[in-house]
Amino acid sequence: MNYFSAKLLALKSILTEQELALSIKRLAHQILEKHLDLENTVIIGMQPRGIFLSDRIVNELVLLEAPEKIAYGKLDITFYRDDVRREIKFANTTNIPFSIENKNVIIIDDVLWTGRTIRAALDALNDFGRPSKVELCVLIDRRFNRELPIHADYVGRTIDTFYSQKVFVHWKENFGVDEVVLV
Amino acid sequence: MKLTTPHLLGIKDLTKEDIELLLSTAKQFKEVLQRPVKKVPSLRDITIVNLFFENSTRTRMSFELAEKRLGADSLNFTSSASSVAKGETLLDTVNNILSMKVDMVVLRHSASGAPHFLAKHIPAAIVNAGDGINEHPTQALLDAFSMLEKKETLEGLKVAIIGDIMHSRVALSNIYLLNKMGAEVMVAGPPTLIPKHIVEAFGIRVTYNVNEALQWCDVANVLRIQLERQNQPLFSSLREYNLAYGIKRSMLEKLNKEIVIMHPGPINRGVELDSDVADGPHSIILNQVENGVAVRMAALYLLSPRTP
Repeated sequence: MNYFSAKLLALKSILTEQELALSIKRLAHQILEKHLDLENTVIIGMQPRGIFLSDRIVNELVLLEAPEKIAYGKLDITFYRDDVRREIKFANTTNIPFSIENKNVIIIDDVLWTGRTIRAALDALNDFGRPSKVELCVLIDRRFNRELPIHADYVGRTIDTFYSQKVFVHWKENFGVDEVVLV
Repeated sequence: MKLTTPHLLGIKDLTKEDIELLLSTAKQFKEVLQRPVKKVPSLRDITIVNLFFENSTRTRMSFELAEKRLGADSLNFTSSASSVAKGETLLDTVNNILSMKVDMVVLRHSASGAPHFLAKHIPAAIVNAGDGINEHPTQALLDAFSMLEKKETLEGLKVAIIGDIMHSRVALSNIYLLNKMGAEVMVAGPPTLIPKHIVEAFGIRVTYNVNEALQWCDVANVLRIQLERQNQPLFSSLREYNLAYGIKRSMLEKLNKEIVIMHPGPINRGVELDSDVADGPHSIILNQVENGVAVRMAALYLLSPRTP
């Protein structure tokens, strides 16, 4: 095993609990900065793992803005995947209890990697209406692994990774600890 | 995430986990059906043939709609308007259709075991849409789905199946499913229409008194009298059947409890079910029909072929 592969196997911390909390606060503020009036903006969390992040960001927004102004939905893109023929995946609940017609939609997911999930999400959103604008907010942007021309508008941390590496975003809700690690 | 079986031939072959997966996937598809665009592209590369050798309104339209909502291409086949009338066999018919690059087969046939026979001889995934007096698995799944919209769980739920148990594939599929999911089952109807072997094989309750069944159950699934399958008289007349075994509004009002009335359709109004019950507040018959599309979408989606 050479120096580089040994380095790759090691667990590398990308965000600690404190950094993660700060990033989430910043993302919420950045969203508000661009959408001063949330009236015409809706937030869509991506099932299943993006929900942990979108829940936190919405919690931050509630502290800063009137809760009734925040429209928050959840989207599952299982039925829109481009690899549905390879493996049938378990579908989670989609719940978008409002119209997205002519709204600014902010999609929230934990990791932006190949961009294929977001492509499917854009397809899925089309079936709910025609938004006036769609933006993407992610906690981790693996910028060198994109397979489609998709970019994020709000980013927690941009990292350079090999395709073979894995990014794990752990939350207190599912893992007992808030952290992001690279393996 | 997949079913333990490559075909949906009957509830008999499914595990409890299979049933749970089908029902939870159906729940997600039900949400799809509430969207402005009630369609997903999951099966857009799949072609499905609906082979109906027996009449059907609900099941056939429900399958066809499910296929369209999944983006699949569908072909319809009616035996009366086909070369079956010229003597072509079932296997020849299906092989000819499959050679036109069809991926899945939905089959309804008057012979029990027809889909099982096909499954042995053809490479495509088969969904049983009712075979003779054997099984009607998607009906049992949509019945369970509809019950779960009214009740928390099937575990311990008391379900009475009332009517023509002998000729009903709906009854058999329902009994298999409810048994696997831990519900309690009672069958009720005239002794001539309740076969001993079903009662013995499953160890389920049996009564010949409809009032007793209604008193006992949380959900009553009332079945159609299938005159077309009875080649000898098994009760004296439809009128008498209605008097002895038909469900009337007054019977439900006397119960003093919540009860859910289901029926797989088509209803013989005034025979097994009076109109004021079928259209009354206890009835979820039209919900069953609505849920049928979501349940069939789930079955087709989960059984659709995978290319590794």
